Amino acid sequence: MSKHSSGKANSKFLINGETRFANPFPGQRLSELLRENLGQRDVKIGCNAGDCGACTVLLDGAPVCACLVPAHRAIGQKIETVQGLHASDQFAARLKNSFLEHGASQCGVCTPGMIVSSVALLRRVPEPSEKQVKDALGGVLCRCTGYRKIIDAVMNLPSASTGSIGKVGDPIEHVDGMDKILANVKYGDDVAPEGCLEVLIIRSPFPRALFKLGDLSGFALSRGLSAVLTAADVKGENSFGVIPGFEDQPVFAEEETRYTGDAVAALIGPSEIIRTIDPTDAPISWIDLPAAQDINSAQLASAAQLHIGRNQNVMCTGFVKCGASDTALKKAHVTVEGHFQSGFVEHAYIEPEAGFAQVVNGRIEVHACTQAPVMDLEGLERVLGIDKSRIRVVPTAVGGGFGSKLDLSVQPYLAMAALKTGKPVRLCYTRTESMRSSTKRHPSDIVLKIGADKNGKISGFEFFGTFDTGAYASWGPTVANRVPVHASGPYQISDYTAKSKGVHTNNPPSGAFRGFGVPQSAIAQESLFDDLAEKLGQDPLEFRIINALENGTPTVCGQVFDQGVGIKACFQALRNVWAEERASAEKFNAQNKKQKRGVGVAGGWYGCGNTSLPNPSTIKSGIRADGTIVLHQGAMDIGQGANTVITQIFAEALGVEIDTIERIGSDTDLTPDAGKTSASRQTFVSGNAARLAGKALRHAILDRINVGEDAELVIGDGVVCAKDAAGEHLLALSSLEVDAEGFVLHSMESYDPPTKPLDQNGQGHPYAQFGYAAQLAVVEVDTILGTVKPIKFVAAHDVGKAINPMLVEGQVHGGIAQGLGMALMEEYIPGRTENFHDYLIPTIGDIPPIETIIIEEPDAHGPYGAKGLGEHVLVPTAPALLNAIKYATGIRMRKVPAIPSEVHAAIHGKATQ
Amino acid sequence: MYLQPQNLNEALSMLQESNPKVIAGGTDVYPTLSAGHQLAKFLDVTRIHGFNEISSGDGVVRIGPAVTWSDILQVNLPPAFDALKQAAFEVGSVQIQNVGTIVGNVCNASPAADGVPPLLALDAQIELSSSERGTRILPLSKFIKGVRNTDRKPDELISAIIVKSAPPGMRSAFEKLGSRRYLVISIAMTAVNVLLDDDGLIANVRIAVGSCSAVAVRLHRLEKELQGKDPRDVSILKSHVASLSPLDDVRGTAVYRLAAVQEQIYRSLRRACDV
Repeated sequence: MSKHSSGKANSKFLINGETRFANPFPGQRLSELLRENLGQRDVKIGCNAGDCGACTVLLDGAPVCACLVPAHRAIGQKIETVQGLHASDQFAARLKNSFLEHGASQCGVCTPGMIVSSVALLRRVPEPSEKQVKDALGGVLCRCTGYRKIIDAVMNLPSASTGSIGKVGDPIEHVDGMDKILANVKYGDDVAPEGCLEVLIIRSPFPRALFKLGDLSGFALSRGLSAVLTAADVKGENSFGVIPGFEDQPVFAEEETRYTGDAVAALIGPSEIIRTIDPTDAPISWIDLPAAQDINSAQLASAAQLHIGRNQNVMCTGFVKCGASDTALKKAHVTVEGHFQSGFVEHAYIEPEAGFAQVVNGRIEVHACTQAPVMDLEGLERVLGIDKSRIRVVPTAVGGGFGSKLDLSVQPYLAMAALKTGKPVRLCYTRTESMRSSTKRHPSDIVLKIGADKNGKISGFEFFGTFDTGAYASWGPTVANRVPVHASGPYQISDYTAKSKGVHTNNPPSGAFRGFGVPQSAIAQESLFDDLAEKLGQDPLEFRIINALENGTPTVCGQVFDQGVGIKACFQALRNVWAEERASAEKFNAQNKKQKRGVGVAGGWYGCGNTSLPNPSTIKSGIRADGTIVLHQGAMDIGQGANTVITQIFAEALGVEIDTIERIGSDTDLTPDAGKTSASRQTFVSGNAARLAGKALRHAILDRINVGEDAELVIGDGVVCAKDAAGEHLLALSSLEVDAEGFVLHSMESYDPPTKPLDQNGQGHPYAQFGYAAQLAVVEVDTILGTVKPIKFVAAHDVGKAINPMLVEGQVHGGIAQGLGMALMEEYIPGRTENFHDYLIPTIGDIPPIETIIIEEPDAHGPYGAKGLGEHVLVPTAPALLNAIKYATGIRMRKVPAIPSEVHAAIHGKATQ
Repeated sequence: MYLQPQNLNEALSMLQESNPKVIAGGTDVYPTLSAGHQLAKFLDVTRIHGFNEISSGDGVVRIGPAVTWSDILQVNLPPAFDALKQAAFEVGSVQIQNVGTIVGNVCNASPAADGVPPLLALDAQIELSSSERGTRILPLSKFIKGVRNTDRKPDELISAIIVKSAPPGMRSAFEKLGSRRYLVISIAMTAVNVLLDDDGLIANVRIAVGSCSAVAVRLHRLEKELQGKDPRDVSILKSHVASLSPLDDVRGTAVYRLAAVQEQIYRSLRRACDV
């Protein structure tokens, strides 16, 4: 029944073979009608502009963006959504299995659009070519997978996955994959009950402005709204943040706003009224003030100070020094230097921030997409001013995060609105609101000088990086700390100075984005390594191998790993393809005038977990009297596969098959804190906690049965059966006492990586482990048009131990796609590229074949030797591409994105010099 | 009010009576809606009799206002329409091509409208109808007056795009440049329609360029200059595109656009001539 009509719903819609009735309002989008009036929340909305394809449905068999179809037009037409197709279509049945077997669904929010579009293709062409798949899926964006596994799935190619018991090292399917493929999982905007009040946030239209709130309550009353929220409603601290001491972002700005998108007030009301509200009609007066929108003007004495105590808008600095870089540079046989720049990069997850909140028995419950439920809880405790025992955070499925969903977004507004009205409330950011208000990758401005001796060993390295941290700190301090530790790359550099600085501007807050500043510094360092090799007349790959870190050699922080350093193996794994691809590029270039091919290589490393700070994860498990094994898994799966990997590790440690495990969580009422999904820490840190929890549970069993470590366990039907050389030993679970949680046996274990603080020169043990990577890119540059077309990647990654090789590939593909976007097309310009048609991320047509080479140099701290991987994968991508462009054209691009216009200008400039 | 008239006369009187927002595919209408400004009245032209047809007869091709990009891709048309088909294939994505209309693309009057250069190269005309003044026909080049600005009067609907049959043997090609594959707004685009004589020399050529001026334009001076030339020997100079007035924006600089267009003309001409 339509909620928009007072009378009987009488327009007839034919949805998934059923006749349904609704009364759309004039111009209502079909997507909204399907989701809100007809309960089809399997239709996902990513942009409401036809730019992402998430809402694709079939209309009389043709794929369309439901967000662009007037609902009235669809009356009498045959509408098929993904769930309808899964129920009856033979091609959907095939896709369901192949998507699962290939791991083609990560966060899963694009999957409905992908599957619906694929069904339309397969009905026409049951065995499509790669080009036909790309043409058919070009309109559906995916930010996680890098598309290659989707192509493989639609082409129904053989997959690597196994339906095995899920031991560590098995490429099993995602344990939660089928729910995503069938569109049964619920994302941030899928959980609110029908008829919920909505929240509309009013945001600053200026980068910096003074403002005065008028009679907002009167305005709300006159428009039929339920309530208003402003800074006056913040009962706790009107500030939040993610780093202790840097909680500087207001829930609602007071008097002055610091960036376009700063929240000043919120309106709460029924959705049919909220949709008629133009925020600019609200009685708020603004005085537009001069704003500092770049790091240089922000540091001028004349610039307005964004935060008290941060002189010249410098938020914080970072520093690492070893040896004497100045002396070494003077001594060097050759030196190279360069100035490198990058812009804001938007995370561009397809699911905008969304959630709902309600008050239940005097407690506030917030259901929203997040990467960090416990941090959300602590943040809410701070701003709501209520004890955290009265707050419950229930993460929904997350339609991509990549770092930005670590910070609070919708949560405080939802919680305050629910508390103020006493009613359930919902909020889903529009695409533009999401892009304006959420955190970004830090723009960087890097000056780097590196020297080398005659033999090609690095002699002196001086790095100065300034990062635009935007209006608020967010994860800026983390970037400032991480960059000097990582700017060396995975190389032996004994004379090193690296300084970083985070500068506030009136731009959106820069925060965490896959790599925390390391991808930016890697562009400078890996580009100059190529330039150094060229000056020395050395092969760029061999030059890197000569300088690569090894077991027993100190990092620039003086940390010596006596095991687990796999960078050399990564580079060595590329030797053959490096030679082959360069030869084939030479051949191509000899035959082509306008198109030139190039091959580039770059390395990278990334320390897993927090930098020299405590970083624990806790995992709980238990066995019920009926023999059910329960894993309380609080490590947020944002598509990367934590649910699968953590469960595999736990199952291995306990010694059972993965199918026997029931997963619970994440939910702050039910799951212990497994920390945040960031810093490539979940496999390593939460994985270790899961391993310890699994082992502890195993020992609890073995002790009771009194059998040895090598006994085989079968758990189920109220009995544990342990088999060893002596035979079978049974433990009747019903004979054991049941605890308050319903367990007869249970375990809870924590793991915190061993690190040591950094001294004033940045010397210490910042991370317990690093992961290592080397990537090779082949590009074809149209030298007349300036377009760069990547045609191949080979990625060698040292993951210590691949807990699940298929998921490793998934991370590699996705990271490369994001690195490619950063290198070639993505730049967020506040006020200008605030949607998915002006802000371009790679489509299925932009990602070439990717070959993944898994290197397993076990790490002593990692669970079964495993290392983190999530961020590592995009660190080398951009510099590998830039080095390939250099090879192809002789042009060194020092600023990303290297859009065609810029590449053309660089080539043209060179030609006329 | 969501009006879905079945015939043109009914539609034209509705248009006169209630000043509704005219909507065809919706692919430009929805993305430009601003927060809080709900439109109350729509006139949906997709159910009007004959509007979803492409007809050809008497040497004239008529494209109805509800004809989508996908329709164009599926129908048999002479090679002179290849550029239009290639443009159709480059519009957004399959999803957009399935609902977006060519007439809507023209009415939206974006400088980056993918359909306009091929239609200019086809010498397309626009047929407008109103209930009071009947029908008028004007060249597409006169119909689009500026950015988001056309000659359509509030009481008029486009009732067809008309292409007087191109000379037999005329061939065409379209080039679009964007920063990525699929779903991309053109940095620059070029459509070329060309007829070669028996000696393989250019007898007649029409070159239209989009995204390089407020309204896509024909390069008449270059067209004249190319007449009688061997397409294999043609080079396109800076001076040939000097009449264009592209902007610097996030997609590319003006200087870049001009350089890219030179190359696009060269490539599309050669492709159209199959040399």
